[in-house]
Amino acid sequence: MQLVRRFLPLVIGIYLLLFFGPLAGFDFFRIVGEIYNKPSLLLQQLINGLANGSIVAIVALGYTLVYGIIELVNFAHGDVFMLGAFMALTVIGATGVTETSTASEKLTAALLAGAAAIIFCGVINVIIERFAYRRLRNAPRLAPLISAIGVSFIVQNIGLFWGGLRSFFPIMGVNSAAPKAFPDLIGRVDVFKDWFGLDLPITLSTKELMVIVVAAALMVGLRLLVQYTKIGKAMRATAENRDAAKIMGIDIDRVISFTFLLGGALAGAAGLMFGLYNNTVVFTMGFTGGLRAFTSAVLGGIGNITGAMFGGILIGLLAAFSDQYFSSRWTNAWVFAILVTVMVFRPTGLMGENVGQKA
Amino acid sequence: MLELKDVHTYYGNIHALKGISLNVQKGEIVTLIGSNGAGKTTTLRTIQGLIHARHGSITLEGEELTKIPAHQVTMRGVSQSPEGRLIFPRMTVLENLEMGAFTRKDKDGIKSDLERVFTVFPRLKERIKQTGGTLSGGEQQMLAIGRALMANPRVLLLDEPSMGLAPILVEQIFNIIGELNKQGTTILLVEQNARMALSIAHRGYVLQTGTIRLQGSATNLQEDDEVRKTYLGEH
Ligand SMILES: Nc1ncnc2c1ncn2[C@@H]1O[C@H](COP(=O)(O)OP(=O)(O)OP(=O)(O)O)[C@@H](O)[C@H]1O
Ligand SMILES: [Mg+2]
Repeated sequence: MQLVRRFLPLVIGIYLLLFFGPLAGFDFFRIVGEIYNKPSLLLQQLINGLANGSIVAIVALGYTLVYGIIELVNFAHGDVFMLGAFMALTVIGATGVTETSTASEKLTAALLAGAAAIIFCGVINVIIERFAYRRLRNAPRLAPLISAIGVSFIVQNIGLFWGGLRSFFPIMGVNSAAPKAFPDLIGRVDVFKDWFGLDLPITLSTKELMVIVVAAALMVGLRLLVQYTKIGKAMRATAENRDAAKIMGIDIDRVISFTFLLGGALAGAAGLMFGLYNNTVVFTMGFTGGLRAFTSAVLGGIGNITGAMFGGILIGLLAAFSDQYFSSRWTNAWVFAILVTVMVFRPTGLMGENVGQKA
Repeated sequence: MLELKDVHTYYGNIHALKGISLNVQKGEIVTLIGSNGAGKTTTLRTIQGLIHARHGSITLEGEELTKIPAHQVTMRGVSQSPEGRLIFPRMTVLENLEMGAFTRKDKDGIKSDLERVFTVFPRLKERIKQTGGTLSGGEQQMLAIGRALMANPRVLLLDEPSMGLAPILVEQIFNIIGELNKQGTTILLVEQNARMALSIAHRGYVLQTGTIRLQGSATNLQEDDEVRKTYLGEH
């Protein structure tokens, strides 16, 4: 009886999925057939998903860092990510590199764009915290949340305005709201074939490799910073108990500013990576990308750094799988269906712990 | 050394401290006793700068502490084991203790203070890698006191160190407080357990609804009729 009750929802769930799933692209038997006929395609989608998921994960870190420390869902974070992409595009436009420039010119431009986007987004994020959130730190939770939504709209409109400055930045193109072409500075060289001479049915392009390697380095770096440095320990202390952190002699205003700096810098790096990988940016990308990143952070257990990384990669993989085998129209629906399902059974997320402020 | 003059603290409209004046001299243990809601914790939080006094002044060896933020108060030599312990639940015992020394730069001093904490609380040494949240209540109390000691403070504030401890541990903690004082630490001790507090303190203040009701040497307070009736439970 106990067993039946436990597994009944699962059985009903599977039944519903098999029955109604095809309406949203989930046709179990067709998908199994496709995977069986061409397994390499599945592997290929894993690689694509890993690359996309890595970018999502880097953005998700910004949500989770801020939430961890002041329990605010910083809705403007996705839009700061968009500004990062715009900054990178602007700098690349200013350097004048094109897809036919030499490798070293491209590398210099990409590094410059990265540095500019990282610094710019870090500083913007600090300013946002200082003016839109700090005064509301002890206000009811809803107040800073509304403020964050407001900032999100403002930043989005800054993106729209920026995208229309074609007389200053010709690279922005003619229409301020339209997607902008982001120069393909890396190109699609197949690592397996062209570097190692392997003839595999799947490809790993230099772009994907760049995204995955840079994202992994950023994540490892962040992990080490939070675990071992003095400022990292101050961040953890502030997150765990703000009053106790003050008693330890920690200037929590500075720690919170630093957290926003860090989150913004990561968003800036992600903005550049997104542009280089997808070769198109648009002022609304912060909203859609931010929503997915936020979902990842929640999925992994918001406030938990490792959780955000896994959540991002999981969502990237899921989205790639859905794009290939379900239908890209339904991808968002599937992503959120998974989120809802996980939340129902594990409200703290996959890796969330239930340790409150009070020990 | 530490001096409060006519300190008034508010929580919104609630007038929690209504003009507190007290002082702690170098090398003393001074205790602050009073019933629930008298304002003892508020006094310690005001000294630390976690809340700011609306009127009055707080000085440490003549230096103004009244308006500066909490972390700067700590840097000037005030540390405390707060009410509720407020240890960092996901950090290990060692990390918690290291956080206590956050503002210090003297590596050797930190190391010897860590040794001292482990001598005083051998239990903490046994549990060095355990996270704070998984310690027992008594162990957390030891950790909170140990963490405050790691700041090597000029004045140590203790908010009900006997809270939630078994009688034998209470005795032990008070012995340790006396010992720390003999080694030169100046202490302001807040306690519900007036009997124990007065037994180790040099002087005491009795707080009642935000005002100092009585003050004097510990011996005088122990013999005071009102204190005996209200705080020592004698008839
Ligand atoms: N955050 C707060 N907001 C409003 N009122 C508060 C707050 N904290 C304390 N008070 C009030 O201030 C008064 C003094 O509280 P305080 O915590 O200093 O008492 P206490 O002497 O430490 O008591 P206890 O022995 O119970 O710890 C109480 O009436 C309390 O209700
Ligand atoms: Mg109290």
